[in-house]
Amino acid sequence: MRISMEVNGRGVEVDVEDRTSLADCLRDRLGLTGVHLGCEHGVCGACTVLLDGSSVRSCLLFAVQAAGHRVTTVEGLADGAGQGGLHPVQTAFMACHGLQCGFCTPGLVLTTCELLAEDPAPTAEEVRARLSGNLCRCTGYVKIFEAVDRAAELMRARSGTAAAPAGAAEDTR
Amino acid sequence: MTATDRGHRDEWVGRSVPRKEDLPLVTGHGRYVADIQLPGTAEVAFLRSPMAHARITGIDVSAALAGEGVVTVVTGADIRATVLPFTRFVDQEFTPPGLERAAHPVILPCPMPVLASERVRYVGEPVVAVVAADRALAEDAVALVDVTYEALPVVVDPVLAVQSGSPLVHDDITDNVQATFEVRAGDVDAAFAAAPHVERFNYETQRQAASPMETRGVLAVHTDVTDETTVWTSSQTPYMVRTRISEQLGIAEESIRVVVPDMGGGFGPKVQVYPEEVLLAHLARTLGRPVRWIEDRSEHMIATAHSRDQRHTVEVAFDDSGLITAIRDDFLMDAGAYNPFSITCAYNSAVHFRSVYQVPHFQVRGRCVLTNKTPNGPYRGCGRPEATFAMDRAVYQIARLLGLDPVEVMARNLIPADAMPYPRGMPYRDGQEVVYDCGDFPAALAQLRALSGYDEHARARQAQPTSTAVTRRGIGFASYIEGTGIGPYEGAVVMLDSLGRVVVRSGSAPHGQSHDTTMSQVAADVFGLNPDQIIFSAGDTSLVPNGIGTFASRSAVVAGSAVLLAGRRLEQRVRAIASELLEISAEDLVVDAGYVHVRGDATSRVSLADVYRAALPGPQARIPGGTEPGTRELQYFVPPTVTFGAGFLAATVSVDLETGGVVVERIDIIHDCGRMINPVVVEGQLQGGILQGIGGALYESVVYDENGQPLTTTFMDYLLPTSAEVPEIRQIHLATTSDRNPLGVKGVGEAGAIAPPAAIANAVADALRPLEVELNRLPLSPPTVIEAITRAQR
Ligand code: FES
Ligand code: FES
Repeated sequence: MRISMEVNGRGVEVDVEDRTSLADCLRDRLGLTGVHLGCEHGVCGACTVLLDGSSVRSCLLFAVQAAGHRVTTVEGLADGAGQGGLHPVQTAFMACHGLQCGFCTPGLVLTTCELLAEDPAPTAEEVRARLSGNLCRCTGYVKIFEAVDRAAELMRARSGTAAAPAGAAEDTR
Repeated sequence: MTATDRGHRDEWVGRSVPRKEDLPLVTGHGRYVADIQLPGTAEVAFLRSPMAHARITGIDVSAALAGEGVVTVVTGADIRATVLPFTRFVDQEFTPPGLERAAHPVILPCPMPVLASERVRYVGEPVVAVVAADRALAEDAVALVDVTYEALPVVVDPVLAVQSGSPLVHDDITDNVQATFEVRAGDVDAAFAAAPHVERFNYETQRQAASPMETRGVLAVHTDVTDETTVWTSSQTPYMVRTRISEQLGIAEESIRVVVPDMGGGFGPKVQVYPEEVLLAHLARTLGRPVRWIEDRSEHMIATAHSRDQRHTVEVAFDDSGLITAIRDDFLMDAGAYNPFSITCAYNSAVHFRSVYQVPHFQVRGRCVLTNKTPNGPYRGCGRPEATFAMDRAVYQIARLLGLDPVEVMARNLIPADAMPYPRGMPYRDGQEVVYDCGDFPAALAQLRALSGYDEHARARQAQPTSTAVTRRGIGFASYIEGTGIGPYEGAVVMLDSLGRVVVRSGSAPHGQSHDTTMSQVAADVFGLNPDQIIFSAGDTSLVPNGIGTFASRSAVVAGSAVLLAGRRLEQRVRAIASELLEISAEDLVVDAGYVHVRGDATSRVSLADVYRAALPGPQARIPGGTEPGTRELQYFVPPTVTFGAGFLAATVSVDLETGGVVVERIDIIHDCGRMINPVVVEGQLQGGILQGIGGALYESVVYDENGQPLTTTFMDYLLPTSAEVPEIRQIHLATTSDRNPLGVKGVGEAGAIAPPAAIANAVADALRPLEVELNRLPLSPPTVIEAITRAQR
């Protein structure tokens, strides 16, 4: 079946089987291997992508369900506007050692983008609750919390200035 | 060369420099094995045994062979002549003489087939491999394979497994004890005879799954042109994968290249070499096209090694002051259906059992018992969390019996600082006598005690010994010791490339540990460069001829030291070559910022690219007399034995008496990992380990039913700690320099994971005072806690 959708700001058309998951479609058909598969049963969050700005588990969606929608993967975040061309959440994860093996990172970065788009200054409790759907086995989450705080600061500083919002902010505004 | 005349020595080591590895990982451009696309790749799916123990009476693959897109279907019978079973495993190459003498290990052969053809021994054992155009088609065809089984009696409980009349997992191992050892230090019998008190306790640490976020995966390709088989695999031990493929397929190691790409965590189970790695190499060679297998999570939960799963019976001899004079420990490790790691984990439990305590007389017997479960292997801590749980619970329990403060009893039993280096009267796994190299345990405990607020807590408890509150707070302590940086060696190549850049290649590959950053820091100091200027790679057997791997908190110690040694050699060589070019003594030259210049005159210089060219072979070569051409140094660091990291951990918990729910509010840790190459990386290792320890204390458990059917094959059933369970974590770093390696470091990879289960159990016991609860079985799930409370109230 042929579907069309917008992926990272570009319109794409792709042939998929009915049973192809959105994750497999993004990874295998579109080469977006930043979408990671940690469980394929909806628990780990490694496969998180934004669908029209909201986080979804791409392992639990069929590709056909994304037809006509806007999909953002971690590859679509870096917009060239931030430091080194990165999205502030990416910058913050790097600055705070918010990743070790990096396997969970795309999902956590996207979940953080969604959170900060909704609430530019979340409380510690909100952050803990919001990230609890993304498992990380390496970091013990402590430095991820620091990264989220740092990202919030960076994004507030950015929206305080005249700089244009970044890709994710666009997706999630 | 001393620190002062280098000038820039130590500029980078010791600093929390940002990681070099992060940019591709945060932008989705990491390359994990599942991300590598080779044209023409066929995908492999496995049919795995659904039975815990059965004879295979027939396999019919005809329908599967006719399936859409199927390339081939392979059974154990098909490969009998070409692929040998596993007969040797990691770390089983030989028993060092020192270990042989002291512990008399008996290790029985227990071969593991690559594909089971006659008998299956656990749910998840691979039976048939289907190769198809894509994974979905391969899975479709797996469903068409028809295997008939004749059920055999199943043994699930290791305690029953050693009793006579138990079903046998391997017919020739007649008591299901595949490996055993016994070791003693001091005169245990005399100490017990003289002891005023003797108590016996039982402790059980549950079966766990290490659960790296990335499952395993293998991609193999054979190139006729070079007659080379390349295997990409998510493994902690690429060289061992190469050796096993070589032995089991009968091809030279020289025609096998094993590469570890980016890796989504390991934590122990990826140390083992698995059937899939050997089989995919075989398939790539016979099919003439790339083949790939990516494990899915439910497969991972039954096909990848589990861990822990020990039962200890501990007798403790002690006096009225709580001073422990002797311990006898007799324990079983449930090895599962094969025992790939022989006595590795069990002996670790034995050797670390006494932790930071004196306990002058000690005897331990360990038995690795076969059952119809997934094989057991190492997981972060590898035998130490199990032993620490037993030891530190025992300290708390005897304190309780004597009416003494448990932390006082801990302190009373510690090895004093002036007793260092402290011999333990038994060998390490490497056969060398265990001698704790350094550290001040009493001072460390006192520091942690102050940080944790224990004294105020104890005073408040004394003022109000009984409470009616439903939620109670407790503080519990535990200790750990950890032999780190085990040999036998690790290798590194440090060389100049044609652009004059410093290239570092390590035999130990990372899976989150920040090798690129930390090893670049080490090399940067040697060459006066920024770590970003070092070109680092690892995890490719073609880069360094021999290597061991990343496990056992060894990389910073052994691989880091190898980088330092090779770097120093190259630095000397570079100066010697530059001395030919500049016609000045090498002693008067300094390597810095990509140049070699005359000391005190930065303008008289040659670039590292000049040095590279001058060292090429030929008549124009300007190499020092008597040496070979080139600017490439290979060094292997062979540590004399392990160096000991140690520490204490305090857990503050609250316990809900009505639900049995335990919340970890705070973890305070004081640890000594020697000199720190990158403190933020160390913190990250500790925090990650601590959360895994909390998982083991409270949530995680691999459960089998009485038929050997696994009940926890998803993350809905096997509970990992999430961000909602993270306590406040405070750390005190001690840095007692080790003299067992040139960097002065001790390993830290496993440190955080060892003490939490014991500390949390002790904290729960503390919270529930004055009830005398027995909390000797992990995890402390709400029903376990309620049951312990109910029992204590009777
Ligand atoms: S892979 Fe989708 S939630 Fe785990
Ligand atoms: S960094 Fe490895 S799983 Fe999060």
